[in-house]
Amino acid sequence: MSLLEVEDLHASAGGREIVRGVDLRVAGGEVHVVMGPNGSGKSTLAHALMGRPGTTVTSGSIRVDGTELVGLPAWRRARAGLFLALQQPIEVPGVLVEAALEEAVGEDAAGEVPRRLREEAGAIGFDERFLQRALNVDLSGGERKRNEVVQLGVLRPKFAVLDEIDSGLDVDAVRAVARRIERATSEWGLGVLAVTHFHRLLRELRADRVHVLVGGRLVASGGPELAEELERTGYGAYGAEEGAA
Amino acid sequence: MSAFGPERAVALGGPAWLRQRRSDAADELAVMPMPSEKEELWRYTPIEELHLDDYAPRPSPGSDPASDEADRALGAAYVQGLAADLPARAALVATIDGRPVSVERSALLGPVRVGGLDVLGTEEGVLGGVLAGGDALVRLNDAFHPDVVVVDVPEHAVLDAPIVIVHWCTAGLSTQGSGDGAQTDARAPACFPRTVVRLGAGSSAQVVEVVAGAPGAGRGLVVPITELSAGDGAQLSYAALQVLGTEVWHVSRLAAVAGRDATLRTFTVGLGGAYDRSRTDALADGPGSRTELRSAYLGTGSQVHDVRTLQDHAAPRTTSDLLCKGAVAQRSRSVYSGLIRVRRGAVRTNAFQTNHNLVLDEGAHADSVPNLDIEENDVRCSHASTVGPVDEDQRYYLESRGIPPSRAEQLIVLGFFDDIVQRSPVPALVGRLRREVVRRLAAVSSEDG
Ligand SMILES: Nc1ncnc2c1ncn2[C@@H]1O[C@H](COP(=O)(O)OP(=O)(O)OP(=O)(O)O)[C@@H](O)[C@H]1O
Ligand SMILES: [Mg+2]
Repeated sequence: MSLLEVEDLHASAGGREIVRGVDLRVAGGEVHVVMGPNGSGKSTLAHALMGRPGTTVTSGSIRVDGTELVGLPAWRRARAGLFLALQQPIEVPGVLVEAALEEAVGEDAAGEVPRRLREEAGAIGFDERFLQRALNVDLSGGERKRNEVVQLGVLRPKFAVLDEIDSGLDVDAVRAVARRIERATSEWGLGVLAVTHFHRLLRELRADRVHVLVGGRLVASGGPELAEELERTGYGAYGAEEGAA
Repeated sequence: MSAFGPERAVALGGPAWLRQRRSDAADELAVMPMPSEKEELWRYTPIEELHLDDYAPRPSPGSDPASDEADRALGAAYVQGLAADLPARAALVATIDGRPVSVERSALLGPVRVGGLDVLGTEEGVLGGVLAGGDALVRLNDAFHPDVVVVDVPEHAVLDAPIVIVHWCTAGLSTQGSGDGAQTDARAPACFPRTVVRLGAGSSAQVVEVVAGAPGAGRGLVVPITELSAGDGAQLSYAALQVLGTEVWHVSRLAAVAGRDATLRTFTVGLGGAYDRSRTDALADGPGSRTELRSAYLGTGSQVHDVRTLQDHAAPRTTSDLLCKGAVAQRSRSVYSGLIRVRRGAVRTNAFQTNHNLVLDEGAHADSVPNLDIEENDVRCSHASTVGPVDEDQRYYLESRGIPPSRAEQLIVLGFFDDIVQRSPVPALVGRLRREVVRRLAAVSSEDG
């Protein structure tokens, strides 16, 4: 079984330390959820894991099955089995999702990509004609998120960091996406680290652990019931001010 | 001594009106200054490095038949390859050094006339109707174009398949004579393709013009002029591809005019050449007319690409939309300079101009110069331009899918071109354009560390 281990991770962006000591252990097949107020560092954590240039890991360790990812460029982390669904997927004019994924999986598997894309699109009710558009260009917010899930399904990584995959999705799409990801946890043992603001994602996606990120630190962890509680009570109890990070 | 004297121009022959036109142009040329970098229209260009004495016009009366044979074979092979890429075509005209050597007409042509000057019969004055005036380089073409490729579309004729014109231009030093008396001419060939496309009212047609030469053949000068006119309500789609060798200078003019409610689309793609200039002047002359200008260039090595555009509005309710995209790699550079001109009376004009440049290497450089000249109040004009390296976020996004940076960059650059190539006014050319870009990008790609 695969293992994603994050140890005492510190990361800064724009000259500021934003992630200030995060520890996580996600096993293949598990679903971990990160919740936290706006600006608490969730996306920065996600980018630190994926290796975005400009997000600097100042100390700590990120390992997938024992392989140290800190210091590796993003593409090598992807090849080590990590995937990030971005909170705001980037527009890449003129590049079709099919072309990008064929490149990503390499020559031997490229032939399978068109069929796999159609399957994955079908699984979440994503209209196939969107696959003919350049990456994220002329797609609505929700369509972009679904496009990320389609790519996840084709690439079959060991671990997926989902940064607010549910934001912008309509209720039916949230259900379809949650189901697809849930199925992936058993289908190939996908481990999930899902950042979300909403408990509804977890109706169909069974969470093993819920973590609370405030001020760049995990201040609490618990079972799925924690997500429900947070949605009712907010983050005040965890030292976050009302309406601010 | 210049090889561009009046006697040599007149010796090219043709009907009396054309010989007169040639000789007038050569006389004017003799007293005209060559363009200078001090002129706004030639700013940022190496034009002052052009010395006519280094060139001699092709075809020349005494050119060696053997070398002509070799040129012919190379040109024919190129034309065949292109023809295979454009199987559904209405006609295919091939010229060598501006002189038609083959004209293939299909049944799709219907009443459309395509061919050399001979298709015009006794008609005079087919030239200069759209491109009037001009500088020394225009005169040079006026004096030395050996023939004219004519596309004449009668009123209300509708052509769905493209008419394809290929100009094969020879380059490199040639051998004159044979045997012991053979000597190499120190002057590189200069060639002057000339094309006229006329669409009658209510007609529609697509025209592809390719200017090509053997890669690595050596120096040369190619100065093509194409005049396009779309009559009232006509729809003209035109695409030009330049794939000359990288030592050849290419200085082209495309002049276009759209009549009332006509739509005129142009796409110029510059890939070859040492100095590659394409100037497109599009006049929205009739009320309600629309012009769409597209240009793309890719610079490698030490190439200079230079795109000049004029969106000229002379009538009410006219629209022009320009999109120009280019990338410069290695030590190459590019200039884009475009003017939107709204003349008095051209009320309710809409004019848009967008230029995007990717600078792929530190040694490369791109200049972008948008200009407006607006004499009317009730108009809507906008321009936007960007110059910069490949977007970091785009690269990161692709990398996060497992794509190494150099391949990610290639995909992004190819996508940058695809974005404009897919909108080619002549859809049949998309595949060919794409392959030309892919091949050149592959040649400049770097390895991943
Ligand atoms: N490149 C940067 N330069 C400066 N500050 C940054 C940079 N990136 C993020 N920040 C700041 O770091 C903090 C955390 O940002 P981050 O995007 O990680 O928050 P988040 O928890 O994902 O918030 P949200 O719930 O709104 O998505 C914010 O205050 C943000 O303004
Ligand atoms: Mg965020």
